[in-house]
Amino acid sequence: MDSQTSSQLETVPPAIARDERVFSKPVRWWKSKTSWKQLGMAGVFVGPWIIGLLAFTIYPIYYTVRLSFTRYAGFGEMEWIGLANYRRMLFDDPIFWKSLWNTFYYTGLAVPIGVVMAMVLALAMNQNLPEIPLYRVLLYLPSVLPLFALSFIVWALLDPNQGIVNEALRSIGLNPPNWFGDPRYAKLGIVILAQFGAGQIALVFLAGLKGIPQTLHEAAMIDGAGVLSRFRNITLPLMTPVILYDIILGISLGLQAFVQSFIITDGGPVKSTTFIVNHLYDNAFRFGQMGYASAIGVALFVITFVIAIAVFQTSHRWVHYDLT
Amino acid sequence: MATITINEQQIQRGDAKRAQRDRTMKHFQTQWVPRIILILMCAVFILPFYWMLALGLKSNAELSVYPPTLYPHDPQWQNFQDSTEVFPFWRFARNTLFITVLTIVGAVISNPIIAYGFSRIDWPGRDKVFLFVLATVFMPFPVIIVALVDTYARLGWMNTYLPLVVPMFFGQAFWIFLIRQFMLQISRDMSDAARVDGANEFQIFFGIILPQCIPALGVIGIFAGLHAWNDFLGPLLFLTSEKLYTLPIGLTFFRAANAYDIRFNLLMAASALVVLPVVVLFLLFQKSFISGISVGSVK
Repeated sequence: MDSQTSSQLETVPPAIARDERVFSKPVRWWKSKTSWKQLGMAGVFVGPWIIGLLAFTIYPIYYTVRLSFTRYAGFGEMEWIGLANYRRMLFDDPIFWKSLWNTFYYTGLAVPIGVVMAMVLALAMNQNLPEIPLYRVLLYLPSVLPLFALSFIVWALLDPNQGIVNEALRSIGLNPPNWFGDPRYAKLGIVILAQFGAGQIALVFLAGLKGIPQTLHEAAMIDGAGVLSRFRNITLPLMTPVILYDIILGISLGLQAFVQSFIITDGGPVKSTTFIVNHLYDNAFRFGQMGYASAIGVALFVITFVIAIAVFQTSHRWVHYDLT
Repeated sequence: MATITINEQQIQRGDAKRAQRDRTMKHFQTQWVPRIILILMCAVFILPFYWMLALGLKSNAELSVYPPTLYPHDPQWQNFQDSTEVFPFWRFARNTLFITVLTIVGAVISNPIIAYGFSRIDWPGRDKVFLFVLATVFMPFPVIIVALVDTYARLGWMNTYLPLVVPMFFGQAFWIFLIRQFMLQISRDMSDAARVDGANEFQIFFGIILPQCIPALGVIGIFAGLHAWNDFLGPLLFLTSEKLYTLPIGLTFFRAANAYDIRFNLLMAASALVVLPVVVLFLLFQKSFISGISVGSVK
């Protein structure tokens, strides 16, 4: 500020820089007419989303909870039965517990492997080769396939007789299982299926990799750090936010798994790929137990919420934010 | 004196040879080792595509050959034609297209409007509420499918396209996020000047902001179209009569009672046809796709 300005100009407050003008709330904004006017205008634009949220998310959640206390077949009477559905779910339904086990088994494998997969893919996509755009497209391509199509294809790929994967494994001396026909391996088949979609999240990882300043790597290399050491001490810590995002996303998606097991095995063999949502679907649309299915839905909601919060709360122990 | 000079020359030549060896070694390590690994990885990831096409072209006889042939020895191009006769392919394609177009319209209309409210108007609590919008992404859809089915049944919306299309007119969190990012980048000078001149928010939205958002709208349109074309769970839940089914549902027609009776070659051919638009679209736009997603997702 020019100290030789006239006394008039000295009373003018400095202009807020255009770039930084995130809305700075005046204290007690509810007393300002302008604020209310802004709120009103925003309401018109944001309104559709609010309506959609209420109609297609909030209300269905409320209705699901209400349904979970009833016996209802989808038509006719909706009979209030209190906590009976929950008692049945926890004490009288072995398939429910099997579905929980299946879902956690699948998620517990698919998420860590998925994170590793995404990192490997991103590192591969980050290589300094002239033809790298071609590789990026090829690696990303399978994740473009919709889940139902990928399910059919991987089903064919892992077929014991017609699939090429087992043939390849046999040729190196292994004895590959009948993936989707064997209760011990069906879930693994679905874990394998999930990895083909890694291309999509790999792009986010790639963006994260590119966000690491090259100067850090160069300084480390001058100090004699090798590739592995640089990965462990520079890349990995700076990638932890992206990894956290992938973990939460992966867990959320893993807990909701349905389409793959529905299409390929319909929950079998011997219920080994019956995930929580498979069980929900069967009860709602095959056994006419909409009330009970809603209770399963509530259980899924609570489980997802608790796990997401748990992961997020413990994340500060291993995630490094903004180490610049 | 002469002896020392020759030794210096020899030393220099020796150093040069070592440096050349080191360079070659480094070139190999930084160029060829990654290249080989990448080629192997691409082979694995291309496998689904390759197998879909290879299996789709095999004849019925070749399907039962054991061990399975690596490529179709007798490519049956009419498999593509035959696969469209297993289920009402073209009707389902028309249905899927109809839903897709409506979805794109809904997405391109609603998301910019909502994003404008979250980016170009300042109001108390705006950014906190937006965090909540993002959080809704983690709300598992399967939890509410029973409630939705019953509600739609009571509304008379079951077995119509309404449950699939109507929600698209009310915004989707991720797409709002994308357009909002875009809108935040637009310089405030023009909209501020317009406000000073007395323009209301609608005029600013339609006249200034929206025209600058056309590229982002293109991206949203493509995402929305893909979402609708590839949707399996929605049609599975809400459509009950065959004349309304979509292509993804159509593929399930190949399943027979006995797993051994499935005609995988026709199933793969049909799958190839169903994903063809998606793959073509991706290959056309892949440059902006890949760079767009990675740029947009930085923090």
